[in-house]
Amino acid sequence: MPERLLFFLLVLPFAGSIATALLWRTAARSLPAWLSGLVALATTILTALYYPSVTAGKVVRHEVQWVPEIGLNFTLRMDGFAWLFAMLVTVIGFLVVVYARYYISAEDPIPRFFAFLLAFMGSMLGVVLSGNLILLSIFWELTSIFSFLLIGYWYHNANARDGARMALTITGTGGFCLLVGVILLGHIAGSYDLDVVLSAGDVVRAHPLYLPTLILILIGALTKSAQFPFHFWLPNAMAAPTPVSAYLHSATMVKAGVFLLARLWPTLSGTFEWFWLLGLAGITSLVLGAYFAIFQRDLKGLLAYSTISHLGLIVTLLSLGSPLAAVAAIFHMVNHATFKASLFMAAGIIDHETGTRDMQKLSGLYRFMPHTATLAMVACAAMAGVPLLNGFLSKEMFFAEAVETHADSILDRALPYIATIYGAFSVTYSIRFIHTVFFGPPPSDIPNPHPHEPPRWMRFPVEFLVLACLIVGIVPSMSIGPFLSTAVVSVLGTDMPQYSLAVWHGVTLPLLMSVVAMVGGTILYSALQKYLSHCEDGPPIFRHLRGQRIFERILVTVSWKWARWVEANLGTRRLQPQLRLVAGFSFLAAAVPLYLAGFDAKLPPLAQVDPAFAMIWVIGMVSAVSAALLAKYHRVAALVLLGGSGVVTCITFAWLSAPDLAITQLVVEIVTTVLLLLGLRWLPKRIGKIDESTALAARLRRLRDFALAVICGAGMSILAYAVMMQPVPDTIANYFLDNAYTQGGGKNVVNVILVDFRGFDTMGEITVLGIVALTVFALLRRFRPAPESIGTTEQQELQDAFDKAQPDRKPGDTVRDYLLVPSVVMQWMFPVIITFAIYLFLRGHDLPGGGFAGGITMAIAFLLQYLGGGTRWAEDRLRILPLRWIALGLLIAVATGVGSWFFGYPFLTSHSQYLELPLIGKIPTASALLFDLGVFSLVVGATVLILIAIAHQSIRTYRIRTEPKPEDT
Amino acid sequence: MELVLSLGIGIMTGSGVWLILRPRTYQVIVGLSLLSYAVNLFIFGVGGLKVNAPAILADGSKTAALADPVPQALVLTAIVIGFATTALFLVVLLAARGLTGTDHVDGREQSQ
Repeated sequence: MPERLLFFLLVLPFAGSIATALLWRTAARSLPAWLSGLVALATTILTALYYPSVTAGKVVRHEVQWVPEIGLNFTLRMDGFAWLFAMLVTVIGFLVVVYARYYISAEDPIPRFFAFLLAFMGSMLGVVLSGNLILLSIFWELTSIFSFLLIGYWYHNANARDGARMALTITGTGGFCLLVGVILLGHIAGSYDLDVVLSAGDVVRAHPLYLPTLILILIGALTKSAQFPFHFWLPNAMAAPTPVSAYLHSATMVKAGVFLLARLWPTLSGTFEWFWLLGLAGITSLVLGAYFAIFQRDLKGLLAYSTISHLGLIVTLLSLGSPLAAVAAIFHMVNHATFKASLFMAAGIIDHETGTRDMQKLSGLYRFMPHTATLAMVACAAMAGVPLLNGFLSKEMFFAEAVETHADSILDRALPYIATIYGAFSVTYSIRFIHTVFFGPPPSDIPNPHPHEPPRWMRFPVEFLVLACLIVGIVPSMSIGPFLSTAVVSVLGTDMPQYSLAVWHGVTLPLLMSVVAMVGGTILYSALQKYLSHCEDGPPIFRHLRGQRIFERILVTVSWKWARWVEANLGTRRLQPQLRLVAGFSFLAAAVPLYLAGFDAKLPPLAQVDPAFAMIWVIGMVSAVSAALLAKYHRVAALVLLGGSGVVTCITFAWLSAPDLAITQLVVEIVTTVLLLLGLRWLPKRIGKIDESTALAARLRRLRDFALAVICGAGMSILAYAVMMQPVPDTIANYFLDNAYTQGGGKNVVNVILVDFRGFDTMGEITVLGIVALTVFALLRRFRPAPESIGTTEQQELQDAFDKAQPDRKPGDTVRDYLLVPSVVMQWMFPVIITFAIYLFLRGHDLPGGGFAGGITMAIAFLLQYLGGGTRWAEDRLRILPLRWIALGLLIAVATGVGSWFFGYPFLTSHSQYLELPLIGKIPTASALLFDLGVFSLVVGATVLILIAIAHQSIRTYRIRTEPKPEDT
Repeated sequence: MELVLSLGIGIMTGSGVWLILRPRTYQVIVGLSLLSYAVNLFIFGVGGLKVNAPAILADGSKTAALADPVPQALVLTAIVIGFATTALFLVVLLAARGLTGTDHVDGREQSQ
């Protein structure tokens, strides 16, 4: 079989899942079932066809590069073991689809069910076929997620929701541990590739990180396989539809854990830690699971605990570290999947027909459904390990291994007795299943009083699986033999033990143990029968110690109580303490490393201080401090002083050879000032001093803030001084300076960096600018001012009163006459400023200017018309459409970038050449100029949109909002 | 030169920090503007202060004599983005004032 098809094999179920999901509208009930059945069948056949390629230790590999930098490749790898498991997944998957066709009722969303089921099948195939540990981990997570979705399929049911959540929490946490574990494992082995890891066993076991790696991987595997102490999620997952329980929670997903243990068996097993960790978990699950199963009232609960017990058996076998035990473990994986899936399906049929799964209500069903009853009895016998059935064979192998001595310890010596007790328990619960459900008087207290045989094809999957149990049980070496040996070879390699799959080995110790278990189990059942018919749910004593309850209590404590405590004690909704922390921590973050590095600020002589520059900065500092003082009660004054600081900043840029910055700072200063002026109108009036300076607490608070401000300012001064006194090292600046003209075709290096070298950054920046402008616009569309800000302002009222008082004036004249001369000048300036903006833009590539500065200047031209004539006057004469400017700008920028693709260059590669224009002559043009045009247009649009949106609020009419009072409603 | 500029940066930072710790939204917006001046100047200063250096490439000029263009390019976009965020903050504070009826930064007057 071609290797490429492995990929197809994996994609097929996912594709089928999507196709099924698309059928959500169809009324036809069987169509999703048919589609997914066909997909499952095709996957099965495809898998089966690979058999010749994996025999005798051969491996099929298909590798696609994914993220090779971190060693993550999409590697698919199928060997004998993976093939056997893939067959389990696909065959049982197909049977479950057939069964579910009859099980899921028409009221349920059918396509959703089958889509999830197929997707789960694909994820499980992914786990089985992964040839890369990280890839395996990803598919592992996918199985957890689809298991969550399938358990919660009936999400209207609270039990289903809780069960799904618990399963996801436990297996998701386990999956996380697994991911960390495999990362460690890959780190130790030097590669995440499974083949490398499998051959690096000796290195891994001797590595100091072996124990943490082992513990993490074991947590992953044991949570998935519902082993003690993580077992409690599985019984709660029984709220899932029965086909899901049959497929996920007995045959496949819970087997992923033991699959992984067997997969990594050659690498990790054989150590003392492996034996104890796995052995304890396995043996505890083995015995407790079987013991708990006896006392369940719910049929599916019994099967769930039995699953925990059987998986415990597999884990125990794997823990022993002997090749023969590994063979038995793999064999039992297959056997358990066959009989447990059929039992779940039978339980589902009983539930479907009678309406209950309570074993204290069910009885005597044999007379209503003899066929199903017979099938269930055979499967139960296989579960109990009765001879001539597959369960017997692997159980005998387990007993034989239990008798052998592996790692001499108490656990090892006790194992034969524990195994026999386990055997007795499993016989007891199997007999209980058969005896209570099928024998005795007809049921008197069931919701559906007339049960009968299910439809023909609903029984088919059960028949198929039970037949498999029989065939394997009677002629093992002719049926499962070759497949098992293929699987075993691929796990154990050359280390193949001799084993025989015969039914009869003579009178041996294991056989004797079986007999003891059979007899003991039967006696135990007859002793418990009375008690079981009326007892409470769950085993005595233990029923009060519910894993679920403990889990919930822990969750509530961590996610509610602790979280609340942390929020109440460490959090605040108030902004000031938060900002205080930010400022304080910023100071510490800068100061502590400097202090530790032995920072020593040496003050040089006060030479070289230019008195003019110092004078300018005296003004700047006074402005800044005064702005800080006046911002509360004198907003306009503070704004003017803020502008003063801005102008000083602007002059500093100009002084220190950065004309581009000076221009941009200047124009931005203008629009910022206008912006804040527009906002002032909507702020509340602050009259007089609020009495706060007298309160001691307020004083202390101000003192603390003042101290914080002083140390932040001082720290920043020292830091800035230290940085600026450093000789400038060789930086990337030289690269830009050397290449700006040769590669960017421009002499203004700052502009070339913006539109060419770092054009992609600039593109992100203008996108942000556009988004901010749109956000401002959107926020203001639903602007609701405070009631006292609505209506005419005090100033307007005074003006109007003045107009009214004068007989020769009409109301509004004062406003119209206000600053008449400047406003006429402003109107005249319109073309001049626009010309200047275009000039700034065009010269940008070679001289100070560019798209940013030009764009804002252009916006100022529009702004002045609004200022001079008023909003209504300006809009009667001008239609600016800032949204289109923004869209156009962004389009031009993107189109310039995309344009370079057509010439075979990467995105935003620029090209420069000289263009001959009539009259003007030769001018340099670069495609970057076009990009700069986009910047220009977007900046114009964004600035104008923001300012106009705020300005418009003054001419809107507002209704005064009436606050609904609480007692009215 | 460096001494004056770093003192100026410090004073602006101190005033800005003081203002952003105040309870009124307008104080915070003025404080943020002052802080952004300080930070822009600081970033600009990292490139080294050069008086009377050519800002534009000319034929035959030595590149080492030129002012460092990288912090300038950073600061240039920071100035424009600073305007945009100031506008956004202004609109948010106006909307909050309309909704809550107060211009306190927490949307409600403190009881103390």
